[in-house]
Amino acid sequence: MKITKEEILYVANLARLNVDDVEVEKLAAQIGDILSYVDTLEKVDTDGVEPTTHAIDLTNALREDVVHPHLGAEKTLANAPDEEENMFVVPKVVG
Amino acid sequence: MSLHTMTLTEAHGLLRDKKISSRELTEAVLARIDEVDPKVGAYITVDQTGALAAADAADARLAKGEASTLTGLPVGLKDLLCTQGLKTTCASKMLEHFVPPYDATVVTQLREAGAVFPGKLNMDEFAMGSTTEHSALQTTQNPWDLSRVPGGSSGGSAAAVAADLCLAALGSDTGGSIRQPASHCGIVGMKPTYGRVSRYGLVAFASSLDQIGPMTKSVEDSALLMETISGYDPRDSTSVPKEVPDYRRLMKDEEGKGLAGMTVGLPVEYWQADGVDPEVMAAVTQAKATLESLGARCVSVSLPHTEYAVAAYYVIAPSEASSNLARYDGVRYGMSQRGGDGLLSLYKNTRSEGFGDEVKRRIIIGTYALSSGYYDAYYKKASQVRTLIVEDFKTAFQSCDFIISPVAPSPAGKKGESADDPLKMYLSDLFTLSANLAGIPGMSVPCGLTRQGLPVGLQLLGRHFDEATLLKAAWHFERTAGFQGQRPPL
Repeated sequence: MKITKEEILYVANLARLNVDDVEVEKLAAQIGDILSYVDTLEKVDTDGVEPTTHAIDLTNALREDVVHPHLGAEKTLANAPDEEENMFVVPKVVG
Repeated sequence: MSLHTMTLTEAHGLLRDKKISSRELTEAVLARIDEVDPKVGAYITVDQTGALAAADAADARLAKGEASTLTGLPVGLKDLLCTQGLKTTCASKMLEHFVPPYDATVVTQLREAGAVFPGKLNMDEFAMGSTTEHSALQTTQNPWDLSRVPGGSSGGSAAAVAADLCLAALGSDTGGSIRQPASHCGIVGMKPTYGRVSRYGLVAFASSLDQIGPMTKSVEDSALLMETISGYDPRDSTSVPKEVPDYRRLMKDEEGKGLAGMTVGLPVEYWQADGVDPEVMAAVTQAKATLESLGARCVSVSLPHTEYAVAAYYVIAPSEASSNLARYDGVRYGMSQRGGDGLLSLYKNTRSEGFGDEVKRRIIIGTYALSSGYYDAYYKKASQVRTLIVEDFKTAFQSCDFIISPVAPSPAGKKGESADDPLKMYLSDLFTLSANLAGIPGMSVPCGLTRQGLPVGLQLLGRHFDEATLLKAAWHFERTAGFQGQRPPL
């Protein structure tokens, strides 16, 4: 197989996704097919070819360091699942 | 004529001449949604109150003589364009209840022009898919045959325009997501040049490929919306500070000359591709003859790296998606699955519950392609092949003004056909996704119906920032071929 179940589980952890035993089988098969197809890229000679990250020539877009109006705390927090004293609440991180 | 069947241009004429009011027009569209959308399923959210308030404001503006061409006209929005105070779900459980605190720039531009928003339109979750079946919230049917998909990912936008549930809509296109559903639903779709339209407030999928564009009943309407939504935006550093042409004037410039003097490129790799439905090929071949009858000269061109485009795309797009979608962490907005044993379980439980299968699949592919040890083999290699694809188009455009091809290899498929075979779904994007890799503009224009009554679209591809040539060719084609105004038997 192009990608093993162990690799799927490893990558899923990096992506912060839970994958159960049934899903891992299916994902290994489907992603294996896709990666095998992607391997056709190996046939292309790309020696000395610069990679393209944007198809349009872009240069650094700089602006003056001027303060503009911003959303403000109330709007920023409006969708927060949990908030307290103008801050987002997360589960305890350090013991 | 029923009010909801009008184009933007026609309705604007009646509003300007005080023959109708925006309230009448908006009420007609809302009534049409009530009547027909239970069958089509295009809208995730209908905002009756907001639409009628905007219509009344538009009528006041019209009365004062301060109207723009879009004032009072109902335009639908794909549900990944942020609308302040109105739910923007991305057709995902992750954002099912998300109410944006700000408007996307294109929404601001339309609001300022006085447009009315009837609501938000269904799509594949996070714009990942070609059928709209990957919506986590509802299904959308093709108005031409309710047993078929509308295409995707902007399937709700395409179906809504085709079924007269709005006068026009905005969609977004990362690999064909405007052009392919436009083709499947028999409407006009435009993916602008990368950087032509601001992406601020568009929920990101693949940031180097995404563009917002119009989905309309006519080419003239497409030009009209392009005039409104194009231009530089300081909030999107990839938007390009170039003047916005007067597309409608350029489109009709020297009208009597037709397309005389224009050269149309036919890429052999597209025209001799395997697996294209014979009826699709017949319709685009007829379209080629129509362009020739208008004075255009057709030449053969080559895009030699076409066979690698799908592979390059399905490395680059998922890689960017895996990075963009890392923001859904259950902390600041969107779904949040709390109650686990710490931060990691908050992340994992939220993301596993919130994302659908296709989104997870692409996140995993992208994470794999970017992970240590694989970056050179996948992401870097695909980005180098992308350079060769960009070069292919540059070379082709030395010998032609624009390119034509089918939009999709087949007309709209039956629901469920591509459900468990993602690779098959990806391969159907062959004709459209090179334009996103190369950043060039592309259009879909209706060019015929199959014997079963399913629409077929002609794709036009142009040089960077040369939407004007595409609109001109499409406008002449539409007037000559006479497919504009065809309606599904709903």
